[in-house]
Amino acid sequence: MLYVAVALRSFRRYSTYTAATLAGIFTNSVFGVIISFTYIAVWKENPTAGGYDVTDAVTFCWLAQAMIMTVAVWGGGTTDDVADRIRTGDIVIDLYRPVSFLGWYLAGDLGRSAYHLLTRGLAPTVVGALLFDLRFPDSPATYLLFLVSVALGVVVSFGIRMLVACTAFWLLDQTGVLSLAMVCAVFFSGLAVPLVLFPGWTRDLVLALPWAALVQTPIDLWLGHSTGVEAVAGLGLQATWAAVLLLGCGLVLRVADRRLVVQGG
Amino acid sequence: MSLIEVEDLSRTFVVRRRAGRVRRTTDVVHAVRDLSFDVERGEMVGYIGPNGAGKSTTIKMLTGILVPTGGRLSVAGIDPSRQRVDLTRRIGVVFGQRTTLWWDLPLRDSFDLLRRIYRVDPQRHRRNLDEFTELLDLGALLDTPVRQLSLGQRMRGDIAAALLHDPEILYLDEPTIGLDVVSKGRLREFLRRVNEERQVTLLLTTHDLQDIEQLCRRVMVIDHGSLVYDGSLAGLHARGESTRTLVVDLVDEAAPIEVPGARVTRVEGPRQWLSFPAGASAAPIVASVASGYDVADLSIQEPDIEDVIREIYSRR
Repeated sequence: MLYVAVALRSFRRYSTYTAATLAGIFTNSVFGVIISFTYIAVWKENPTAGGYDVTDAVTFCWLAQAMIMTVAVWGGGTTDDVADRIRTGDIVIDLYRPVSFLGWYLAGDLGRSAYHLLTRGLAPTVVGALLFDLRFPDSPATYLLFLVSVALGVVVSFGIRMLVACTAFWLLDQTGVLSLAMVCAVFFSGLAVPLVLFPGWTRDLVLALPWAALVQTPIDLWLGHSTGVEAVAGLGLQATWAAVLLLGCGLVLRVADRRLVVQGG
Repeated sequence: MSLIEVEDLSRTFVVRRRAGRVRRTTDVVHAVRDLSFDVERGEMVGYIGPNGAGKSTTIKMLTGILVPTGGRLSVAGIDPSRQRVDLTRRIGVVFGQRTTLWWDLPLRDSFDLLRRIYRVDPQRHRRNLDEFTELLDLGALLDTPVRQLSLGQRMRGDIAAALLHDPEILYLDEPTIGLDVVSKGRLREFLRRVNEERQVTLLLTTHDLQDIEQLCRRVMVIDHGSLVYDGSLAGLHARGESTRTLVVDLVDEAAPIEVPGARVTRVEGPRQWLSFPAGASAAPIVASVASGYDVADLSIQEPDIEDVIREIYSRR
């Protein structure tokens, strides 16, 4: 199957940069340590902040480090290739291929995320477990749900990043859009602080936004904070955002294609 | 029915320009204007013209990624812009300045992905790949990541990639740009062979007129969006009133040579340059020069197609 082949090739492509991977694991681990101590200090003052105990908080911090590259919170991944190809005009080569543009790049991004999960995800988690007391799920089913949630998180993140990349069809300079996208992702995913710490109604709001699917939703499954109906609802919301964003991408690409083909961009 | 049929094809672009603080003017640019031509199966056609003449616009319309604003065209019986995906399976496209290969992957992996994209039967793929590998000398490169290939090597890889799904038509946009003489020669040899043995129709745009001289029997010249010439290379010479040059080395310096049918264009010591129409035979001129003067050496320079085309442009 073509898309599986694409995902495998993408996995292999990212695996050629071993030095970058090792450096990244080191960086994630250093930040993990720093943020862990911050969280320990915070939860010492307020041991039930956001409904988490201190072990939850420290686990959250290490899992969030593990998710950064896996779901590409900062951006990056195959959508960066798309933005580059739009800018250089190489995108026409993609138009000459009898395959789904979106499917192609999504498959590539899933291959990339699989590689990042196994390296940039697994390694810092092991480091964190050696240095701190982390909480691990006790049933294999929870691990499975977590992985499904991470996969959905990758698709949601891909949808957002693809929409951002597509602005290159209209904008000559993407710097503004990229910074805005990054700030949103960092704050609304839970990477900066767990979303459960947001006060009052803002907490419900940020939990409903698509960015929550990137970090907060999978980690709540891991920690056992969302179980049963709540877990299903969480996954359902992720799946809904994934579908909406992919549809949005399809629509934007149609418009961009029309602009290119009819107006001669 | 011809393989490619183009009738009164036009494409205009609307360009908006600022003409003041608020006011904007709208200009209509005719990139291609009432273009008509047919290309038969198995032809090798050179498509030339200065930058901005409308070459790329034409190719984009022929390959379906640009919708014409007027006229009619059909490629292999297909309306390109309406059935772009169907068409992609029947054509190959090579851009000298872009690559269809994947930067981080070995050449072999790129070829394998293309096989899956075009759903080529594995056996046929193997046969094609073996043949191209041999003809283009790709054997040692198959396991090298594309980013490590030289320009010439990458180009060979790109051409193989464009032909793997057995396209009926191959469009080449500046295929020899940036290549050295040996690589160019090898590529032309390969293209000639593909055209002869596989009956692939070739349409190439180029700035390197040697590509045309060595490959194409038919030339189309476009300027300002209109076809200014369509025919044989020899006809192009006649049309541009091109001339051949007889270079005569005399034993001693002498006054300009006077012979019927040719005139001296330059004198430099004992060497003189005589020009005569490209269509005329050199034999009588050589004979009369040899009989009337003390000649040490003679040589003939063929007309330069670039001068011919410049001549055609300047007369418009």
